[in-house]
Amino acid sequence: MAKLNINGKIRDVQAEAGTPLLWVIREQVGLTGTKYGCGVAQCGACSVHINGEVRRSCSVLISDMKPGDRIVTIEGLSATGSHPVQRAWAALDVPQCGYCQSGQIMAAAALLGKNPQPSDADIDAAMTNICRCGTYQRIRAGVHMAAEMVKKA
Amino acid sequence: MKKTTRATNLSRRKFIVSSAAAGGGLALGFKLPFVGSAQAATAAGTEVNAWVVVRPDSTCVVRIARSEMGQGTLTGLAQLVAEELECDWKKVATEHVFPGQNLARKRVWGDMATGGSRGIRGSQDYVRRGGAAARMMLMQAAAEQWKVPVGELTVADGVITHAASKRSTSYGRLAIAAANLTPPDPKSIKLKDPKDWKIAGKPMKRLDTADKLNGGKVYAIDLKLPGMLSAAVKACPVHGGKLVSFDEAKVAKMPGVRRAVKVNDGAVAVVADTWWRAKTALEALPIVWDEGANAAQSSATIAERLKEGLTADDAFADTKIGDALKVIAGAPKKVEAVYSTPFLSHATIERMNCTAVVTADKVEVWTATQSAEGSLAAACEEAGLPLAAGEVHKLDLGGGFGRRGGTQDYTRQAVAIAKQFPGVPVKLIWSREEDQAHDFYRPISQCKLSAGLDESGKLLGMHIRVSGQSINAWLNPGAIKEGKDVRQLQGLWKEPGDAQFGYTVPNLQIEYAMRNTHVPVGPWRGVNTNQNGVYLECFMEEVARAAGKDSLEFRRELMANHPKHLGVLNAAAEKGGWGKPLPAGVHRGIAQFMGYASYSAAVAEVSVSAEGKLKIHRMVLALNCGHAVNPDQIAAQVEGSVVYGLSAALYGECTVQNGRMVELNFHTYPLLRLAEMPKVETVIVPTQDFWGGVGEPTICVVTPAVLNAIFAATGKPVRSLPLKNVKLA
Ligand code: FES
Ligand code: FES
Repeated sequence: MAKLNINGKIRDVQAEAGTPLLWVIREQVGLTGTKYGCGVAQCGACSVHINGEVRRSCSVLISDMKPGDRIVTIEGLSATGSHPVQRAWAALDVPQCGYCQSGQIMAAAALLGKNPQPSDADIDAAMTNICRCGTYQRIRAGVHMAAEMVKKA
Repeated sequence: MKKTTRATNLSRRKFIVSSAAAGGGLALGFKLPFVGSAQAATAAGTEVNAWVVVRPDSTCVVRIARSEMGQGTLTGLAQLVAEELECDWKKVATEHVFPGQNLARKRVWGDMATGGSRGIRGSQDYVRRGGAAARMMLMQAAAEQWKVPVGELTVADGVITHAASKRSTSYGRLAIAAANLTPPDPKSIKLKDPKDWKIAGKPMKRLDTADKLNGGKVYAIDLKLPGMLSAAVKACPVHGGKLVSFDEAKVAKMPGVRRAVKVNDGAVAVVADTWWRAKTALEALPIVWDEGANAAQSSATIAERLKEGLTADDAFADTKIGDALKVIAGAPKKVEAVYSTPFLSHATIERMNCTAVVTADKVEVWTATQSAEGSLAAACEEAGLPLAAGEVHKLDLGGGFGRRGGTQDYTRQAVAIAKQFPGVPVKLIWSREEDQAHDFYRPISQCKLSAGLDESGKLLGMHIRVSGQSINAWLNPGAIKEGKDVRQLQGLWKEPGDAQFGYTVPNLQIEYAMRNTHVPVGPWRGVNTNQNGVYLECFMEEVARAAGKDSLEFRRELMANHPKHLGVLNAAAEKGGWGKPLPAGVHRGIAQFMGYASYSAAVAEVSVSAEGKLKIHRMVLALNCGHAVNPDQIAAQVEGSVVYGLSAALYGECTVQNGRMVELNFHTYPLLRLAEMPKVETVIVPTQDFWGGVGEPTICVVTPAVLNAIFAATGKPVRSLPLKNVKLA
């Protein structure tokens, strides 16, 4: 039994020590916005924030979590979908199938959290998640648009 | 003839999940029919006709029969229906239809399959008629209510007005009366001239974005049903191999494990309370396979077989104009080249998955499918039940690209497993490794091309010989007539209209030699236009250079008889600034090709460093798809096709060793990432005189345009893919 702080709520979870955080979030906690794509830290579909850092949850074991770690999933990014990244994504119709977009949004939100006005090179370096539908051009535009929203706010 | 009023079946999935959550146990959603009291109809909305349901608040729910996998078809189809319906676009909702109900209602929604870029062009006519018929019935209902001739009424945004008497009413108030009227004869309906479109043809926002931004969207892989078990599966890594045995006792006591079960002849699954536990136990399960003779196959043996096909005499010629072989042999100048392209997996980011519940007399599946009716057939056949005993809940796909069409291997497996747990829902999820190991790959092929030129550089003759694996031989042998499979020559066909060869060459021979392997193959976004586009357009570049001519001019001279091919080529060249100066070190390449009834062309700008490092700076793509239903979503598809195409060009290959696939995850099967994305500019040049596809057409020009730009940069043609294996310096 472990206690996890997910989206500000403490949850008791029952999982073997070697279970990746991704599967605890999806199967034990029941939050399915965090996706499985590769399981080997390659695609980023499983991206969540741990203490404000973006992490690929398929490759974080539940046994590595420390008490007090704060986990935020896509469901907890904002109460009403109003995070600047979510608003920019909506304005530009970024998603195609949408499957990778939870991870993309979490990666973009983490980037802006650290670097509110990222350059194209910063975006290249930070946005390494795979989108098989190929929405990269709009993701880049979306990060810039969200940065503008942050600046004006 | 009067019709009975029917209550709409809004989101049966939600109904099942919520009624189950309310403590009702699992509600098998069978035959929740389109019947109900007038009261229910008022609450849920009224089916005016098969395509349109109107709610009391005038929200119009458009029924969507095709699958949505990101390509935007759902929004485009809704635009087409709404355009004719004259409803308020802000009050448009959509719902999927069920294949079992389609069957029960004599296929009122037509073909539900979504492939070959047919989602819109294949259904635009009848869905527009559906929207128009509903509008006519709603107006007729108003006319009858007010006892005025229908010709005196006008309609806009779902509000019907009788100007003379200053009366107006809404669709929501008329729906029940309209549903009871006799529908007009579809053939008598006059559709709008696309020039008058207000909703279709416009860059409307997608209708399905909101819950993709907050984690709320439920994909098939996310489905939860009460009492559900999860399954992980492993098929024999060698295609065609068989399961001999497995030692269930070794994993039976692992956490959460229920059972290990045989899945038909060639696979085994572990079923547990969670998928992670099922997968962990599957990895620990001792399995004995009979790999069979295919274990001796490798990329090298396959390449040998294809190479032999390049000169073998069992090929057939689909095009034979003049005497190309003789003319080339006697030409003063000859060009010859052999090209090759590998097997490729689809690598949808959502894994193959399906949830099934099987009882003695019912089978129900929840699945991500491009072919809902194919899923129904597969589920019922696997369950040993008649079609009427099955139903498919279609969830939007986390990517399709041709992988989740008619074969429905994963749906079959889910049913085969769930059959062994009667009445219990079982969700099967494939691991990424299983997906890379058991795809229906883009077929492998090689191509030998030769051309003859006269002294002035005029093209006298061309000979194209494709040798490679046939998709039809694997999936649809009935389509091969007298051993001739023209499908593998897609894009090189002489017939106009779909995927026509765009040049006039006085002596031309185009042939295919079928060389099949043990590796399963299938359609992959763009299908055979991918390989054939590379072969033809990169070779054209070689010939143009041998002729000492500009790549664009050389093509133009051969295209006078193909004005639509030429039109997009010119559009791409113009927007791409063909012939204009470029920054130092940057080079251009150009290509055109046709597929899915649409015409595509591309200009690429690349640079290659002294160390051979490639950078793709910019790509301009021109597309003539006839009618452009949603220009912004067309641009999105073009952008996506660049990414899908470049992933293949740069990195994509599935190789074979000891009969099995080698690249099992993204570290060995890399895909394009954001940092490598060129700037993409889309030029849509719709001539509005035909209906072409959108999702697939442009991919076939992406790779040849880039390879031709590399040729311009390095002076050397690239003849084999992917580029990761090619030294550019
Ligand atoms: S699923 Fe975690 S990175 Fe792909
Ligand atoms: S939107 Fe489909 S994988 Fe990114």
